[in-house]
Amino acid sequence: MTIVSPVLIVGAASDIGRAIAAEYAKAGASLILAARDVRRLEDDAKDLYYRYKAEAQLVECDILDAAQREALVGNMTEVPGTVISVVGLLGDETIAWSSPAAANQIMQVNYVAPSLLLGAFANRMAKMPGACIIGISSVAGDRGRKKNYTYGSAKAGFTAFLSGLRNRFGSSELHVLTVKPGFAATRMTQGMALPSFLTASPEQVARAILEAHRRRKNVVYVLGVWRWIMLIIRAIPEQTFKSMDI
Amino acid sequence: METIASTKSLIARGAGRSYGDAALNAQMTLLMAGSSRILFFDDQTGRLTCEAGMLLADILKVFVPRGWFLPVTPGTQYVTVGGMIASDVHGKNHHGAGSFGVHVESFDLAVSNGQMLRCAAGENVDLFNATIGGMGLTGVILRVTFRMLRIETDLILQETIRASNLGEAFDVLERSLSSTYSVAWIDSLAKGDRLGRAVVFTGEHLAAAELPKERASTPFKSSQHSERKVPFDFPGITLNRFSVSAFNAVYFASRKPGRLIVDYQPYFYPLDSISQWNRIYGRAGFVQYQVVFPREGSREAIAAILRRVSDYGVGSFLSVLKLCGRQRNGLLSFPREGYTLALDFPIRARTFSMLLELDRIVDDHDGRIYLAKDARMGARMFERGYPRTAEFALVRQQFDPSRKMRSVLSDRLGI
Ligand SMILES: Cc1cc2nc3c(=O)[nH]c(=O)nc-3n(C[C@H](O)[C@H](O)[C@H](O)COP(=O)(O)OP(=O)(O)OC[C@H]3O[C@@H](n4cnc5c(N)ncnc54)[C@H](O)[C@@H]3O)c2cc1C
Ligand SMILES: NC(=O)c1ccc[n+]([C@@H]2O[C@H](COP(=O)([O-])OP(=O)(O)OC[C@H]3O[C@@H](n4cnc5c(N)ncnc54)[C@H](OP(=O)(O)O)[C@@H]3O)[C@@H](O)[C@H]2O)c1
Repeated sequence: MTIVSPVLIVGAASDIGRAIAAEYAKAGASLILAARDVRRLEDDAKDLYYRYKAEAQLVECDILDAAQREALVGNMTEVPGTVISVVGLLGDETIAWSSPAAANQIMQVNYVAPSLLLGAFANRMAKMPGACIIGISSVAGDRGRKKNYTYGSAKAGFTAFLSGLRNRFGSSELHVLTVKPGFAATRMTQGMALPSFLTASPEQVARAILEAHRRRKNVVYVLGVWRWIMLIIRAIPEQTFKSMDI
Repeated sequence: METIASTKSLIARGAGRSYGDAALNAQMTLLMAGSSRILFFDDQTGRLTCEAGMLLADILKVFVPRGWFLPVTPGTQYVTVGGMIASDVHGKNHHGAGSFGVHVESFDLAVSNGQMLRCAAGENVDLFNATIGGMGLTGVILRVTFRMLRIETDLILQETIRASNLGEAFDVLERSLSSTYSVAWIDSLAKGDRLGRAVVFTGEHLAAAELPKERASTPFKSSQHSERKVPFDFPGITLNRFSVSAFNAVYFASRKPGRLIVDYQPYFYPLDSISQWNRIYGRAGFVQYQVVFPREGSREAIAAILRRVSDYGVGSFLSVLKLCGRQRNGLLSFPREGYTLALDFPIRARTFSMLLELDRIVDDHDGRIYLAKDARMGARMFERGYPRTAEFALVRQQFDPSRKMRSVLSDRLGI
């Protein structure tokens, strides 16, 4: 299936966001890149132009700010055919345990703000042929674990939101794709010791997204092995799970 | 930039393809390989601006299909533009095109206090010349502007010429000065009258008008190579004098003299198609040894080296001889007018004693060892080989008085 331009990427200055921009540019899409600090996108836009002859419009937006979020949805001269939210924040779990402000930040960035943003775009894109909404969630949302349940629960909320949105538009033109990267080697995970066979590069994540978008998949695990890992983790009885250390 | 200003000691690292300790610093090594954006390209003049972490392989992938090639390329495409400046790399066209630094118009350099300086032939020129070949010791190169070379096809017209001894190899290289590319592969184990027997490869970019019929409509078609791996470490023992000589015998017999049209990938990057080719040497690894001599004394010096190597029987797989053009602006730049010989040896007990003997020959003949491939020379050898070290020290004193930019290599050589 075709990709409908322009493709709006929110969180475009992240490692995964950059890789997604390159992948879509390579496929011939025109882009709208959004980040909190638009200056960080200027060199990316040049690179996309000189490599792929891709046009990229840059917009500044902090989606935690309701007014900025509404402006992003409302002021767009051309309604995007594809919207991808890459926004996310792992945060520090142990700090979140004792700081409601820190926990709230993680919840806002991973669940509340991207859900409200994509919900608003869905309303505008509902009747657009070939339109697609893509949310980057996480396998961490498949089951809460002590290591990152603040982040995980917010991603779980986001996953459920996307699932509901998909159901609501199930018989219309608008497609909704949920992406669960598993581990990815990015700024977010820098310094962590991740097993290489479970870890995708940002480019791999981007390729998997474009592929899933083209095929109108509903939920995609970037590395297939994660589907099985999470299946097993979800199947562990709560009584056993609660004393496990994973 | 803040990182640079606030740390005590650091060195930049590109793709880590230098052979020794040049891109290592115990406290902080700044990884540049992620910064690889193209910031400007003019398809009329071939002027390219990119971030210093951009890999050559990436540049080739983007620009070869558009009819542009690197003005100078080393024997592997897995190096960064920053690393190419810091080692002022040379290629098979050094006799005509000079080293990579010659084609660099300008770069942005972050110096020790965190400030960013534009360096060019007309701007901060001392720093410009010290950074070209400066092994990362003047600062961190962030962005580079250089000129690409126009090509009409992605093919090379290669000519193979056999030389039955070293004298002939030199003669062929001298006669090949009008070729764009030329290099000789030497059989390092041949002795006596056959000492230095070689195959010389010259090359030209194939013009569109010379394309064979079946390719006439597709001047650019070469795909990036697919990787073939050396599947395991060869047992250290396999690479003895007999296997190297068997390899060399087959290699030299199979190179038919004459002309051939070849893809640019295997022509320039024969080793890249075997990822981890260095494992051929087994677990103990290997050392590289590359030297250059003034043109007048070259024949004698290189004959002396090859005699030593052949007597020791430590066999070098890849032994490459090349005639370089004149030295350019880089203060610590390696290439100078004369012959350069690159050897690699498996690490054995006697390898290092042999290298000490080679050092003596180098020293006696005013030779110079290539920093990018060195992991063992001493400070004295370095100072004798590089006459402009004092000028380099002055520039360093000015921009990095506390010697923040340093590597294991610079500590070893007292730079
Ligand atoms: C198979 C093979 C073939 C080769 N053939 C040739 C050849 O034909 N001719 C030739 O000249 N060389 C050759 N080389 C050597 C190679 O080109 C150089 O070692 C080159 O510098 C490697 O670049 P790199 O990006 O891997 O740099 P690294 O090895 O990571 O670093 C090399 C030096 O560059 C500095 N550096 C890297 N990036 C920056 C930066 N952004 N700012 C400041 N300093 C920086 C480092 O501090 C270090 O001193 C070859 C190497 C291999 C492995
Ligand atoms: N790395 C992994 O292992 C992994 C695994 C599973 C899922 N993920 C998900 O993948 C996505 C990308 O992650 P990454 O690894 O590339 O991490 P990253 O580089 O840290 O990216 C996080 C992104 O979120 C954006 N963001 C944070 N707060 C924001 C706010 N208030 N308003 C707007 N944007 C905000 C950042 O925008 P700015 O650019 O403006 O700072 C940045 O683009 C995230 O959703 C993450 O949860 C990552």
